[in-house]
Amino acid sequence: MAYSLQPTAYSHAGVPMSILVNRNTRVIVQGITGQAGAFHTEKMLEYHKASVVGGVTPGKGGSTVHGLPVFHSVREAVAATGANATVIFVPARFAFEAIVEAIEARLALIVVITEGIPTWDMVRVRRRLTGTPIRLIGPNCPGLITPDACKVGIMPGYIHRPGSIGVLSRSGTLTYDAVYQLTQAGLGQSTCVGIGGDPVLGSSFVDLLTLLEADGQTEAVVLIGEIGGTEEEEAAAFIKARMTKPVFAFIAGKLAPKEKRMGHAGAIVAGGRGTAAEKIAALREAGVTIIESPAAIGQTVKAALVKPGVLRS
Amino acid sequence: MKLHEHQAKQLFVQLGIPIPRGQVARNAAEAAGAYETLKARCGSPAAFACNVKAQLHAGGRGKAGGILVARSAQEAVAHAQGLLGRRLVTHQTGPEGLPVSAVLLDERIDVAMEWYLALTIDRFHARPLLLASREGGVDIEALAATRPDAILRIPVDVIDGPQDDTLLRIAETLGCSAAQEAACRQIIRATWALATSSDASLVEINPLVITRDERLLALDAKVTLDDNALFRHPDLAALRDESQEQPLELRAGRIGISYVGLGGTIGCLVNGAGLAMATNDIITLCGGSPANFLDVGGGANVEQVTNAFAILLADPRVKAILINIFGGIMRCDWIAQGLLNATRQVEVNVPMVVRLQGTNVEEGRRLLAEAKRLNLISVDELEAAAQKVVELTK
Repeated sequence: MAYSLQPTAYSHAGVPMSILVNRNTRVIVQGITGQAGAFHTEKMLEYHKASVVGGVTPGKGGSTVHGLPVFHSVREAVAATGANATVIFVPARFAFEAIVEAIEARLALIVVITEGIPTWDMVRVRRRLTGTPIRLIGPNCPGLITPDACKVGIMPGYIHRPGSIGVLSRSGTLTYDAVYQLTQAGLGQSTCVGIGGDPVLGSSFVDLLTLLEADGQTEAVVLIGEIGGTEEEEAAAFIKARMTKPVFAFIAGKLAPKEKRMGHAGAIVAGGRGTAAEKIAALREAGVTIIESPAAIGQTVKAALVKPGVLRS
Repeated sequence: MKLHEHQAKQLFVQLGIPIPRGQVARNAAEAAGAYETLKARCGSPAAFACNVKAQLHAGGRGKAGGILVARSAQEAVAHAQGLLGRRLVTHQTGPEGLPVSAVLLDERIDVAMEWYLALTIDRFHARPLLLASREGGVDIEALAATRPDAILRIPVDVIDGPQDDTLLRIAETLGCSAAQEAACRQIIRATWALATSSDASLVEINPLVITRDERLLALDAKVTLDDNALFRHPDLAALRDESQEQPLELRAGRIGISYVGLGGTIGCLVNGAGLAMATNDIITLCGGSPANFLDVGGGANVEQVTNAFAILLADPRVKAILINIFGGIMRCDWIAQGLLNATRQVEVNVPMVVRLQGTNVEEGRRLLAEAKRLNLISVDELEAAAQKVVELTK
């Protein structure tokens, strides 16, 4: 059985446009009959009707939710609908099995919204992903969106506009606030990805920066990080070595005390490492523009980019 | 979730990691019996001395007077009385310290060498990681900062576990003799088994000692469990010691609100962890000091908001509150209504600045304005809202 292909969108000039999700993405919803699954399925359909093609809840195959067919298994759903992506709303204690099912069905994109998945489960998931072309986003994330094309997740669609800023974030509502500021500043977005708030994630900032650097539509990146782990430090190393496009970053959690979990399972300064200060220093050293205030994200990017010759639009 | 040393040592016993003989005492009376029992277990030598170790969720006990020596049952009782119920302040606890909820009486060991062994998870690479060093018994964070080469780090495959070459490499690095190698390998395997079977994010033996008679023992034991996995370990979840948690944080956690006290004067109520941290940050930028981090979560309904207010206001230092909500699915008009209802139920006698943004924001702001609450000020923009609330505390 072949892996489903990552759908690619191209401009008229043949330039690849946006990353990971576009008008050709066909999503199934695992956990579609649950409260969150059903609610957000409707919202995703409202955003772009053709994106969502079915759902999966074991035992509820044959029913429908918001006019979409529900299947017993991911394999059945993919065979019937030709889906190339899945979004998972399954509760934490069953999430590992749901993810494995999606991996075994060889879906190109797996987006895990669920919060509370045990870390060792995610370590095992990552092990299974090794050697496959599958891109897993999350867990504990709002999903991703290519404005006016496809929304796979729970973010409010209306705050987004199509444009050339790629947004990568470990947060939910902070991302929405940042996106809203960018939109208000006249800066639309190519693709916005919430990578998740957990300690072990499917995709890193580096993974997605790689895609954004290669993306014809993206001209600059806004990165929203926070305390805990080394995502931002690894991103800094990548940015310094490989990125040509400007990057702007806001890092939350300067005040976080040591050894305290700040909401997100991954937001913890452990063993003295993972402070906001360390991350800011690493990013600055890599040439990233650090945004000091969360209220200044839109205006900082605008001031830097909306000059002759910096942004095409 | 952290475990106490004595709890971690019990798990070590179950998995076959050797520990010194020990007895737990939870009050002074138990301490006398614990001393006698331990003495008997150790062969009733004429002059029996044991360690009396304070049990709390922090290290640095030795320097803080939390590890004492008892040479008689009376001394054991005196030490227990001095430690139990008292708050011990170590360099890891912060100035308020932590209450000592039990003492562990441990046999004193004649130590020849002290090593370090731990298993943790490398987050970025999503791999279990074995850590080993010949320099045990010291502050490992300090060692990692000053001489990182002194610590061997070996990734382990999550499916295969530690393989022979890894076990050998660790044994060689530590400088195991032929006599010690088998025991060392067995301890590493047992550490792995413990971590994987209990969903531990950290298992640490510091120090792992070689005794004068060439036995390997875990002199101290540290186990941290993944909170997300406790649902599948009810027996381990039952080991939680709530006395070690900050009361407001505990109370908030019970109702699904993330709360961390920060000691300042401006209470914060936010939806979303990243936004909550960013709210703390902007208050600081505007010259104020946040009293807390608080994420009320995705379902900011009247009940949760009311609960959040009650927790915020239980902190006597709070002189003003900043509410920062980005309404996505949660519409701003519902949030505004929730705030108005909640602040009727809980008497809020400090000023509140509310910054709403997102879905139906105009409706939300209109509702707040029409309510004409004297101590509820609506400010549209985040920086202006932060400045306003800081101004109110000066």
